[in-house]
Amino acid sequence: MIRKSTIALALTATLAFAGDAVAQTPKKGGSFQFAISAETPHYDCHGSDTYATLHFASPFYSTLLQFDLPKYPAVKGDLAQSWTVSPDLMTFTFKLTPNVKFADGQPLTSADVKATYDRLRNPPDGVVSTRKATFADIGTIETPDPLTVVFKMKAINAAMLEHFASPWNCIYAAKDLAADPNSPKVKINGTGPFIFSEHAKGSHVIGKKNPNYFKPGLPHLDEWKGVFMLQAAAMRTALQGGQVLAEFRSVSPPERDSLVQAMGDKLRIEESSWTLNLLLTFNTEKKPFDDVRVRKALSLAIDRWGGSAGLSKNSTLRAVGGVIRPGSPSATPEAELVKLPGFSKDINASREEAKRLLREAGVPDLKFTLHNRTIPQPYTPAGIYLVDQWRRIGVTAENKQFETAPYLAGLNSGNFEVAVDFSNLFMDDSSLGLSKYLSLGKSSENKSRSVDAELDSLYDRHMRETDPKKRIVLIQAFEKRLFDQSYQVPILWWHRIVATHKTVMGWEMSPSHNLGQDLAQVWLNQ
Amino acid sequence: MFRYVIQRLLLAIPTLIGVAVVSFFLLRVVPGDVVEVKLRGDGGNVSQETIEMERKRMGLDKPLMAQFGDWMIGLATLDLGKSMWTDRPVIEEIAIRLELSLQVAIMASLVAVIIAIPLGTLAALMRGTWVDYVVRLITIAGLSMPSFWLGMLIMLTLLGLFNWLPPITFTPFYVDPKANFTQLIWPAMAVGYRYSAVTARMVRSQLLEVMNEDYIRTARAKGVYEKLVITRHALRNALLPAITVLGLEFAFLIGGLVVTEQVFNLNGIGKLFVQSISRNDFTLIQGMVMMISGFYIIVNLAIDMLYAVFDPRIRYR
Repeated sequence: MIRKSTIALALTATLAFAGDAVAQTPKKGGSFQFAISAETPHYDCHGSDTYATLHFASPFYSTLLQFDLPKYPAVKGDLAQSWTVSPDLMTFTFKLTPNVKFADGQPLTSADVKATYDRLRNPPDGVVSTRKATFADIGTIETPDPLTVVFKMKAINAAMLEHFASPWNCIYAAKDLAADPNSPKVKINGTGPFIFSEHAKGSHVIGKKNPNYFKPGLPHLDEWKGVFMLQAAAMRTALQGGQVLAEFRSVSPPERDSLVQAMGDKLRIEESSWTLNLLLTFNTEKKPFDDVRVRKALSLAIDRWGGSAGLSKNSTLRAVGGVIRPGSPSATPEAELVKLPGFSKDINASREEAKRLLREAGVPDLKFTLHNRTIPQPYTPAGIYLVDQWRRIGVTAENKQFETAPYLAGLNSGNFEVAVDFSNLFMDDSSLGLSKYLSLGKSSENKSRSVDAELDSLYDRHMRETDPKKRIVLIQAFEKRLFDQSYQVPILWWHRIVATHKTVMGWEMSPSHNLGQDLAQVWLNQ
Repeated sequence: MFRYVIQRLLLAIPTLIGVAVVSFFLLRVVPGDVVEVKLRGDGGNVSQETIEMERKRMGLDKPLMAQFGDWMIGLATLDLGKSMWTDRPVIEEIAIRLELSLQVAIMASLVAVIIAIPLGTLAALMRGTWVDYVVRLITIAGLSMPSFWLGMLIMLTLLGLFNWLPPITFTPFYVDPKANFTQLIWPAMAVGYRYSAVTARMVRSQLLEVMNEDYIRTARAKGVYEKLVITRHALRNALLPAITVLGLEFAFLIGGLVVTEQVFNLNGIGKLFVQSISRNDFTLIQGMVMMISGFYIIVNLAIDMLYAVFDPRIRYR
């Protein structure tokens, strides 16, 4: 058993060490081996929503902007050398870094950026862009010269600049897209710090230093190897034995404790609240979940506050919150949150209300299947917890877990009754956080298949609102409507714990596991 | 003998056709759609139209018998088709994992033979002594302990005692024999130990039975050295059932090490099997079923050949 003081000591030591790292001069060279706990089905950033694609592909690509992680949520240039935003937020002009080359040698120009963003906002037939809605507000993209790109908006999007820093917007070569719009699924040709070398299916991916990388002095590493380790126990042993030096998604609290106990000061643990919200999604096209009373009853039965205390000990779940990450500027404060359905601290009263609603709906002894994912953290403990919570109001649920692909396919095709779902945000932007709950057709991320004009209207008003205080009021109104209707409701927010060997330097922790994975700044202190 | 081998190989053809028919139609009964899982399984919510287009491209819109005909024609030309998930040839998907799985199976079989035959013989010859009890303890432990659990113990022991772990990515033997050996010997030992426990118990019981046979008594009465009685007369006969067990276990090991592969992070056929089932990748599953069936047929034939080597009374015509 690890005492809290031991962990605190390790964390303190880590912080001190991290402080030292800032002062150290990066060492050049070396091969960095790390674990990736899932294998991407393809290489296309635009059509993916899983970290498995980003942890694989980010080092090979560049984006226009990127998040400046030590100053998060500030952004900095990646391919963009400089940029300007018009006062009315309707025009974004980017000046590109000159002499940037793709891995195949062709020079990067504004035409490549335009082709990329055209593919993102208006994908051709047969191409999937999961960020189509995000860029729907772009009216035109102009390329007055090879190093200038101008985005003209149809409507204001207060968070547009941050969206240009999204790690999913990998810049592809226009020539490649013209030859085959789906080529990025199977072929990697980017301008990132590393060049794709090998993908041994089921085993690993290797990236080698890009000698022509446009940022002087980077990357530090000669090579990296991402090893697919799907089994948490194998990954933990490999981390402990030094076969891999990091895993960038997260380990669970028990894994953290056992690693700290085994490795002591060789290990660095970094923790952060996470921009990932575990949700409960009801398929509103299936009976009896088309009845708001049933959905609301099942949400009311969940003791989120008690769950936070219990589940945070053995899973990556922790904070109670609404649709915006708790602690971030737009999040609903606890005093307001407890007034919303499902968030009261009086769980007995909530459960009595839940039983009454089920009786009214004519399903007091409801039975259904919970569609869940086989990834243990945090899906398994969450599923078990939910089944137990519903048992307390006389509801019987079977927790059925599926591999990632059939799980997501089931969610996307509506082939489920109730599902454990997630909201995976790469930043704390409310337009991103709220978009998942828009009506079916407006949001590809809405798995509940609900249609709600009131939510859509609140979202639109919030999008165009530039006064932060007024935006918060609209966000809270949105949350109230969403939880009253309970199409998709939060369970708990995740907590990120990243374990790396102390020899790994230059990597920056962030609240999103999708950010900071290009490995350009990473070096090995060996 | 040659004629017998040819006959057996010809008999394998209807067996494989039977396997092909059963695997093809059984898989079509299983609920699930590979196209939907493939296109909607990474977060993208594609339209039904796109799904239909992809289904057409993959030939899944054809009548079932036409699909079966295509599959059988492919089989006849040794073309197992393309993986419905990766679009790569099934043979290629299997080949990149088969080398590792085959090597683990061979090494585990060798470990089993090296442990099982001496231990089984020793236990039989020293029946009722402390040696017999120790061997029985070892074999019962081997039978009771799942290979993956032993694998985890091996890994933790290596880490705890030597602060060392085997490599986690596969290096072919012809590229770097040392790296290859240091990676695969541990799973081979974990699997081989369990495998040896079954075989050792078989050798012990068979040897005890054979030692009471008339021909053993006759050999002893003729004054043959005890060592020769055991090795030339008793053991050769006692090994016949053990060879059958070894052979069948070997074929099983090719695709059956699902959990052990995960413990050692091996990219083998077992893992591919599980992945392809969860993705409804029918062509890949069919390809692997055919391959493993082929292995079973070849191994059974090899076992029958070995019977003749060990027992001169058996002659194939």
